[in-house]
Amino acid sequence: MSDNATDSFLISSEPLQLEALKQHLLDAHAGALATFEGWVRNHNEGQAVEQLEYSSYPALANKEGQRIVEEAFQKFDIDAAIARHRVGLLPIGGIAVWVGVSAAHRGAAFDACRYIIEEIKGRVPIWKKEYYSSGATDWINCHQRA
Amino acid sequence: MKLKIQYFALLKDQRGLDKETVDSEANTPESLYAELVAMHGFTLPQSALKVAVNDDFSSWGQALKEGDNVVFIPPVAGG
Repeated sequence: MSDNATDSFLISSEPLQLEALKQHLLDAHAGALATFEGWVRNHNEGQAVEQLEYSSYPALANKEGQRIVEEAFQKFDIDAAIARHRVGLLPIGGIAVWVGVSAAHRGAAFDACRYIIEEIKGRVPIWKKEYYSSGATDWINCHQRA
Repeated sequence: MKLKIQYFALLKDQRGLDKETVDSEANTPESLYAELVAMHGFTLPQSALKVAVNDDFSSWGQALKEGDNVVFIPPVAGG
């Protein structure tokens, strides 16, 4: 999936290009850049995790993610904001989600960055399947071991 | 009427398909999901799901019409 600088949020099937994303946030008015990276960790609730698979419902995920970034502009005094979420198989240490916000001052940048990641986690139709060392898999939050 | 359904995550695994067209008597997402649970044994209760019609969040009681694209959204887990 090609990245488009005009989209404030996108689902991406390709590795995230962090430097390129940061370029979208440059603004002479900004004195602060807050970023958040979500990484794939090797454990969850006591089980050893080997890899993660993210899937999404892109038609709605992109709309909802873009709504969240718009809300951040309404709530906080920020200059620019962009977020991306990966889908596909990710290895341990892989970057699953990236949020960057630039603002005149650090308070608004931190607050908006946190708002965006929390809302993404709570609202955007993205699902995570964990692959355990035991060979089992689980869709997180679906409360069912397979 | 004919309805298009897309499945994601656990629902996709349990159905063994990522989409299908069904001929249904259901006139709301709520009754459609109840039909599908009876047919396919989905384990997620309706209360755990959200629903989208034609790529926007919808209510469970919205009237469905011929050709609508319905997606039942399992608990999300991004990040």
